[in-house]
Amino acid sequence: MSAGAKNTNTEPWGGFDDPPVQGSGSAVIDMENMDDTSGSSFEDMGEMHQRMTEEEEEGPGGAPGEEPGDDGEFLGMKGIKGQLGRQVADEVWQAGKREASKAFNLYANIDILRPYFDVEPVQVRSRLIESMVPVRTIAFPQKVAGELYGPMMLVFTLVAILLHGMKTSQTIIREGTLMGTAIGTCFGYWLGVSSFIYFLAYLVNSQITMLQTLSLLGYGLFGHCVVLFITYNIHFHFLFYGLWLLVGGLSTLRMVAVLLSRTVGQTPRLVICGSLAALHMLFLLYLHFTYHKMVEGILDTLEGVNAPPIQRVARDVPALAPAAISVTLNTTLQTLGALLQSH
Amino acid sequence: MAEADGSSRAFLGLSDVSISADIPVEGDISMPPTSSSKDDGFSTLDEPVKDTVLRDLKAVGNKFVHVLYPKKSKALLRDWDLWGPLLLCVTLALLLQGGSVDSKDDGGPQFAEVFVIIWFGSLIITLNSKLLGGTISFFQSLCVLGYCIMPLTVAMVVCRIVLLGGSGTVSFVVRLVVVCASFGWSTFASTAFLADSQPQNRKALVVYPVFLFYFVIGWMILTFAPAQ
Repeated sequence: MSAGAKNTNTEPWGGFDDPPVQGSGSAVIDMENMDDTSGSSFEDMGEMHQRMTEEEEEGPGGAPGEEPGDDGEFLGMKGIKGQLGRQVADEVWQAGKREASKAFNLYANIDILRPYFDVEPVQVRSRLIESMVPVRTIAFPQKVAGELYGPMMLVFTLVAILLHGMKTSQTIIREGTLMGTAIGTCFGYWLGVSSFIYFLAYLVNSQITMLQTLSLLGYGLFGHCVVLFITYNIHFHFLFYGLWLLVGGLSTLRMVAVLLSRTVGQTPRLVICGSLAALHMLFLLYLHFTYHKMVEGILDTLEGVNAPPIQRVARDVPALAPAAISVTLNTTLQTLGALLQSH
Repeated sequence: MAEADGSSRAFLGLSDVSISADIPVEGDISMPPTSSSKDDGFSTLDEPVKDTVLRDLKAVGNKFVHVLYPKKSKALLRDWDLWGPLLLCVTLALLLQGGSVDSKDDGGPQFAEVFVIIWFGSLIITLNSKLLGGTISFFQSLCVLGYCIMPLTVAMVVCRIVLLGGSGTVSFVVRLVVVCASFGWSTFASTAFLADSQPQNRKALVVYPVFLFYFVIGWMILTFAPAQ
């Protein structure tokens, strides 16, 4: 037992025999001597053990000898400088840990979205085609695919088509950029109208989730992409109106049918389906007429109603159109005309 | 007694080992090896600046060659760097600047717009490929997409030269052909590098945004008309 007693003196935590001085005591004893900021930090325990190891190496004779006449050994830390230094290091460590966990949470947020991108190309293609086919039965809730890959790609495609339309209509934007306006319009429509429809669905107690509205509206943009792609290149008003009614109408009918199957009651159905149909069709109308190239001096009266957010320069088409743009238009017109005639 | 002593001595031996020798574990998780991994063994601080710059330039030039002849090699992915994409992006943005329909206003894509399109587009494509289950890392993907803009930059230079000779039908056809060829080249080159990191049946899902991205850049190049 005497051997045991001798050994406990040199135990790393100092044992209960050591007087609670110079911080080399155990954590339990030392708590009241330590400053408040770094009382219970795990890292400080690590530093503590590190220092205790170093002081052990000095030898047990050195430890009591240092203590009395050393002013620097206040509370076991190496003076005020050491205390400040440790506080600063502590704060830097905490800040770094916070930044690292924020970054990790950001990465983890990507993982949250991962299940919504789990699709096959075949599925995407079949959903694109389905978005133009209205369902027949509304007796039971229709299935809505809950994925975000298709809608996102469609929004970006719409942005690209819109950019093309802006360029060929020689739109000049003063307080912004072409790209910014295009992205803002498309993403704003997709996210804004989806949220609005979800809000309405919440009000009228419709059985549809936010993800499903995002997906539904996103796939509904497929019709918009097709119509705008054709009509930004071929400028016949009757063609546009026909396509607007046909293609826009089909995709609207599809979305309306899905919503009808998930809503109960006449008035709720009217409210939600009416607003969705109105917004969807009007968006297509807006996109076409805002970036509309004036061909043959036709000034459509609808243009005055759709006051565009961008400032447009009043222009005289024949004088300002550079040869290249009109050549592009003519070439495109001829090729597309030939294509259409061959069908 | 003896047994108790023996066992307590054994335990004391254990306690000697456990706490006092316990150093808090530390280390750092390092990034995938960059080109500086070649410098194991000596520090690059001691060599002349010319050597460092030339080595980096050689690495960048090596990657340009890989883009010109896109084989399925891992060189671009292994030693990624962002110098090449930055150079290409700045060159393209400078060349695309100043083209406007109305020279009084900012009609053409400005420097910042092109810059933002390229980097934002690369970011979206990278996020998309990661979400689709790709094994490529974030910066590797940025590196590949940036380097594969090179054919389009070359096409931009050619277009500018052609436009010096006038902007008629012939020049438009020439520019169209050049831009289409370089757009196809860029898409093909980037899919040669990126598609390997995707599961087999989902390559089309990753290729489409890349196609769209280079299409938008190609469109900006084709519709560029210099200030009158």
